[in-house]
Amino acid sequence: MTEPVAPGTPPEPLEAAPPETVAARFEALQRAGGLLVPVVTLLMAFLIAGLILWATGYDPITVFWDIGKGAGLNWFGHLTTDTGQASAYNFTQTLLGTTTLILTGLAVAFAFRCGLFNIGGQGQYLVGLIVANWVGVSMVHLTRPAHVLIGVLLATLAGAAWAGIAGFLKATTGAHEVVTTIMLNWIAVYLGAWAFGQGGPLQGPAKSSPISATIAPSGTIPYFWGDPTTGGVHIGFFVAIGALVVFWAMLNRTTLGYEVRAVGFNPEAAAYGGISVRKNYIRAMAISGAFAGLAGGMDMLGPFAPIGFGSLDVYASSIGFLGIAVALLGRNTAVGVGLAGLLFGGLLFGTGHGLSSNVIQPQLTGNLTLIIQGLVVLFVGADILILYLWNARRKLRPGRKAEPAA
Amino acid sequence: MTTLTPSAERMWRSRLADVRTLGYVGIGLGVLAFWLAIPPFTIRSPLAPILVGLLAALAGVWTVSSGARRLGWGAIAAGVLGIALGVLATYSSTGHLDQVFTAALIAQMLAFATPLTFGALGGMFSERSGVVNIALEGMMLMGAFFGIYGADKTGSWFLGVVIGALAGMLLALVHAFFSITLRADQIVCGMALNFLALGITGYFFFQLYHGANIGTNISTVPNVSIPWVRDQRFIGPALGDLNLLTWVALALVPISYMVVFKTAIGLRIRACGEHPRAADTVGIDVYAVRYASVLVSGALAALGGAFLSVALIGRFNENMTAGRGFIALAALIFGNWRPFGAFGAACLFGFSTALAYQLPAYSSSAAVLFLALPYVLTLVAVAGVIGRTTPPAADGRPYKKQ
Repeated sequence: MTEPVAPGTPPEPLEAAPPETVAARFEALQRAGGLLVPVVTLLMAFLIAGLILWATGYDPITVFWDIGKGAGLNWFGHLTTDTGQASAYNFTQTLLGTTTLILTGLAVAFAFRCGLFNIGGQGQYLVGLIVANWVGVSMVHLTRPAHVLIGVLLATLAGAAWAGIAGFLKATTGAHEVVTTIMLNWIAVYLGAWAFGQGGPLQGPAKSSPISATIAPSGTIPYFWGDPTTGGVHIGFFVAIGALVVFWAMLNRTTLGYEVRAVGFNPEAAAYGGISVRKNYIRAMAISGAFAGLAGGMDMLGPFAPIGFGSLDVYASSIGFLGIAVALLGRNTAVGVGLAGLLFGGLLFGTGHGLSSNVIQPQLTGNLTLIIQGLVVLFVGADILILYLWNARRKLRPGRKAEPAA
Repeated sequence: MTTLTPSAERMWRSRLADVRTLGYVGIGLGVLAFWLAIPPFTIRSPLAPILVGLLAALAGVWTVSSGARRLGWGAIAAGVLGIALGVLATYSSTGHLDQVFTAALIAQMLAFATPLTFGALGGMFSERSGVVNIALEGMMLMGAFFGIYGADKTGSWFLGVVIGALAGMLLALVHAFFSITLRADQIVCGMALNFLALGITGYFFFQLYHGANIGTNISTVPNVSIPWVRDQRFIGPALGDLNLLTWVALALVPISYMVVFKTAIGLRIRACGEHPRAADTVGIDVYAVRYASVLVSGALAALGGAFLSVALIGRFNENMTAGRGFIALAALIFGNWRPFGAFGAACLFGFSTALAYQLPAYSSSAAVLFLALPYVLTLVAVAGVIGRTTPPAADGRPYKKQ
């Protein structure tokens, strides 16, 4: 297998067009970070999702309106901090999902900037979650800030170590990171199913159900809006925003980031310039895994703290995979990941628990999210398709000489 | 030996002296070390597995020192594992052993290995032609849902399986269009299709069946009951009553080998996967070969999915494949992109899964960990600890005509 092409790099030019043409302006946009591809991608994905809804007898406009309400968008209509209100409650849950998705998105994005495709965000997230659960349940003699900090820090390190395995194997034996991270994902899944499962080391006091104990009060992350039992959002949201800044600064303002990006652009050239490619593969994967581990740790000590996490939750969890769509839609940039995280956070809650609609059931809209997620990854992965369509459009215009397709 | 002609005898000698033979003997001894402790032999002394396992490790050391590193380490690992498992088995009661190690375990192993074999063979066609197929999971899921949908609507399991295969090919067509024609990143595209398949099958399952189980009187793929074999002592419960699709999978292994390695078509497929430019130069239509291979891949993977729904349980559940497509991918890699290797890996992974379902007799928590074995083994294999696996040279590289 070859190195995946980081979508941050501009696609090969289809033709040398004079700068006035649509395609050239489009290409300039691409190079400038490209707002057009994500927007066109989203439009296409929602259009196809709407077509599926329409073909199966639902009114797409009403469904999307209900999803928007489920995500708490109507909160902006009547601002309130009372999470007893459905709109405010939904909006806090959207922010909670955004927190996790920003971090799992960064986990994919950082590796991408080094030319690595980290599919293992899910596994790194789970490992962080398992470690945070262990800390949160067992180290009860600690005081509150220390307990939370140790839990989150160890979860971050666990995620870094889990991804570091893939980076180390890539650096030393050349094992493809896509294959190794897929394997590590499933190992983490069964590790979690074992740990929280029947007779496992982290199983809670209820010996009949495969679910962990709840987190000790000293280990729970404080909430700045609402509280964990009735719903709300914890201060990890600001940690995620901070992670976006750290991501940007690390990539663009440090030697480490320079080296990582250099390896991402061209490993041979980077090596020729005196940069150790191997060292950067390990570093980039470990930093990627740290983001995902942090996400898992904060989820465990935040929303899952009062209810615990079980074997079935391990099998059902897929928020780490959603990070792939977030990173690709955000074009692996800090701002992009933040916005894409917000979008998918809203979509995730709005189509799931938040949805209260009398036209469609959440089981259907939940799968609609998966379809949109798949289409987004498909279209962003093939941004050449969008260029191709622009080109075809240009060729169809009368009065212009048809040019051969690339 | 007296009847052998001199040349045949020489051939036998050289083969016996070949270190590779010694390596295989070592692996065999490692398996034997464990086997001695379980039914039908059930030797209760830990001495037997230790002695035989040590012999296996010794053969392994010899093999390593003679140059065949991969095989030798394999034999050493088999010996150590054989000792560990064998000694463990002698400590547990014979009642437990009789419960876990039955001939039906082999039938179960084959049932678990069937979807993996279909998936891995499918993946092999695609990757041998140079297109990475990480979407095996999604293609299997499409086959599983649309297979049972077809069987429900047409009332015929055969048509159901055909419809399932067509659904898998449809997803494969998308994969082919994006990764061959548009030259998108094949891994990104494959991941996207996995999400897409999960969403599409889940959506239509709820839309058409309201999430409830599909009727109980679905026409399912029948089992093949072989009259004489069925009544034999050990082979009977193991092979006498297997599903038709299991036999199809077993037959596909040598057929795929013949097609890929012994025919002109196979040569073309492999040429496109190793050096597409060279293939193009001699007049092979790289795009056509890759399209065809990816489509075959989709159909085979979907058959694996249809086996789960239309043959094994006659139902569909959301995300029913539950990672089997990725185990199939692991089997393909572990089997070094070869049909018999992939089948061997599928059997090994199928065996570990079958064992995991039997092991709760000992400990329910540890049995879950057994399910991770395929992934650990593949991780070790790609890391090159026991020899390196080598993918086709142009695997994952889009081709652009000049």
